[in-house]
Amino acid sequence: MSRTITLIEAVNEALSQEMERDDRVFLLGEDIGLSGGVFKATDGLLAKFGQERVLDTPLAEGAIIAAAIGSSMVGWRPVAEIQFADFITPATDQIIQQASKLRYRSAGGFTCPITIRVCCGGGGGSGLYHSQENAAWFAHEPGLKIVMPSTAYDAKGMLLAAIRDPDPVIFFEHKRLYRTVKDEVPEGDYTVPIGPAAVRREGRDLTILTYGSLTQPSLNAAADLSARNIEAEVIEIRTLAPLDKETILHSVRKTSKVLIVHEDKRTMGIGAELAAIVSEEAFEDLDGPIVRVTGPDVPAIPFAPPLDKAWQVDTHMIVAAAEKLAAY
Amino acid sequence: MSVTTMPERPPVTPEHAVFLLREMLRIRRFEEKAAEMYSLGKIHGFLHLYIGEEATGVGSMQAFTPDDAIVATYREHGHALARGMPARVLMAEMYGKVTGCSHGHGGSMHFFDTNRRFYGGYAIVGGGLPIAIGLALADQMQNRQAITACYFGDGAVAEGEFHESLNLAALWKLPVVFLCENNLYAMGTALERHQAQTDISRKAAVYGLSASAVDGMDVLAVEAATREAAASVRGGKGPYLLELRTYRFRAHSMADPDLYRTKEEIAEWKKRDPIVLFQNRLRESGMLTDEIVARIEAEVGDEIGQAVQFAEESPREPVEDLLKEVGGQNRS
Ligand SMILES: Cc1ncc(C[n+]2csc(CCOP(=O)(O)OP(=O)(O)O)c2C)c(N)n1
Ligand SMILES: [Mg+2]
Repeated sequence: MSRTITLIEAVNEALSQEMERDDRVFLLGEDIGLSGGVFKATDGLLAKFGQERVLDTPLAEGAIIAAAIGSSMVGWRPVAEIQFADFITPATDQIIQQASKLRYRSAGGFTCPITIRVCCGGGGGSGLYHSQENAAWFAHEPGLKIVMPSTAYDAKGMLLAAIRDPDPVIFFEHKRLYRTVKDEVPEGDYTVPIGPAAVRREGRDLTILTYGSLTQPSLNAAADLSARNIEAEVIEIRTLAPLDKETILHSVRKTSKVLIVHEDKRTMGIGAELAAIVSEEAFEDLDGPIVRVTGPDVPAIPFAPPLDKAWQVDTHMIVAAAEKLAAY
Repeated sequence: MSVTTMPERPPVTPEHAVFLLREMLRIRRFEEKAAEMYSLGKIHGFLHLYIGEEATGVGSMQAFTPDDAIVATYREHGHALARGMPARVLMAEMYGKVTGCSHGHGGSMHFFDTNRRFYGGYAIVGGGLPIAIGLALADQMQNRQAITACYFGDGAVAEGEFHESLNLAALWKLPVVFLCENNLYAMGTALERHQAQTDISRKAAVYGLSASAVDGMDVLAVEAATREAAASVRGGKGPYLLELRTYRFRAHSMADPDLYRTKEEIAEWKKRDPIVLFQNRLRESGMLTDEIVARIEAEVGDEIGQAVQFAEESPREPVEDLLKEVGGQNRS
């Protein structure tokens, strides 16, 4: 049985079902219990599972993540929440120096089966420190898995996969998608594997590689383009690490043109890595430059509405870039 | 550790008393107006009000000179106003206008003023504490007489930066007054749910700082305690932690349904409204009349009205400026 629910409801359901299924799963984070989370992602879970398994923590991101890591080393399955991606920095030491390297430096003696749920993303006028989409910071670190779903179906299935994964997974939840995205989600247990990208629309003329908040605008752009006789294939890279090279390259070989679209800043970003992979492994198949449409290189999203808007990638920008690329 | 309580007779001149009252009212009315403009959709994003905590910002700020440095929290409208930043540049910032103190880049949580040595609001909780260390270190290295006032909430005390900063400040005998505005909540988490030692002033002792706690609803007590703390720091005795015990009357932010505390608790604290308490006290001692109150209210009302008009009429920053002041390398 399935029904239509929002992305945030899917997150809540995945947490609840996995806590029922597996006693080793517990949650920790700021205001996740009594208040049910700033966005209500963990609403009702304290009442259901009690304070032994839903831990409200002090304001201490480093300790939140480190406590998750420590408990995971002895078999627990912690799911930590970082309230806004912008506040993850006090925990980066633990994520990058400890979690990502634990398996390697113990030669497989320990794994680190933690899940870090991070609410991210801009475009809502929330300003400098409540808007960042900083998955790329972590994508540079081997040992971490990074996912960012854009459908409720994937949110539930990938969160279940993340919690069951033996390695640390950073699970990015885009705040703008929480309640605007609604789709069919099975009531029961299922997983969406971490790794594979999803071909969201097939096309022969160019490949759009995208993820997160720009998945839907890319699909909208593809529909527009189709009306102008340009058929774009849209691939959602819902796992940013490890990247699904096979699906990406397969599409590039078919279309010979690549447009990369992401919300985050451009320089040294996810798009740069995607471009490098394509040019290294499918250079002969390319019929045009690899083009990026990304957020600008500003240190954080400014608060003022016109600047906030100017910062955002929208459907028009994707269409314009795709048309130019298609003309090659 | 002593809690300074309200002295029997206010050691205050009528002029200063009226000034303090006026400063608190400026903050209260400014924020009430901001909340109104928020509900009208003129101000967007996040808005965190300081209402109920005015005595802490106003009382403490009296102890600092224009040469001193101020580091605030993200709930900093009160600190900025008390520091002398004009209401209109703050309102314009909250509107996201180019005439705002940060050109609208920052909004409510990111006020800066280089001329007034106001070194910012910090939306990364705890982020300001170690910056205060740097400011104080620089002053010390130049043998300047200035000290640094560093404001933060009870929630920030749980971050590592609090502990790193107190230790460094004490170790290097830096001229910092740490001012913890303890309003008993970090967002929806009550103090006793986030601190094992709820007496925050006691945390200073292990790092070797002097400390005290004061009733943050009593503006005169706050002023007296902060003057004492500042004098101790200026006298070369090293840093000082002052805990200001207060309460926020409004929700954490405009988006917070405020379900984690009881209406009775809020009502109980509102009986200790710092502005009402102070007004009553001044009336009792004959320093305040209805006329004076009416005059202050009218003047404050004008100031806030003009601030709104200024914000409304101000232009936005041109979109081409998105990449201005980025710094660092030239990027694609
Ligand atoms: C590093 C960091 N973690 C979490 C948050 C989210 N957050 C914003 S304010 C706040 C509570 C702060 O409490 P306190 O320091 O007591 O200040 P108050 O809000 O009471 O003024 C939290 C958890 C943040 N802004 N920064
Ligand atoms: Mg507080």
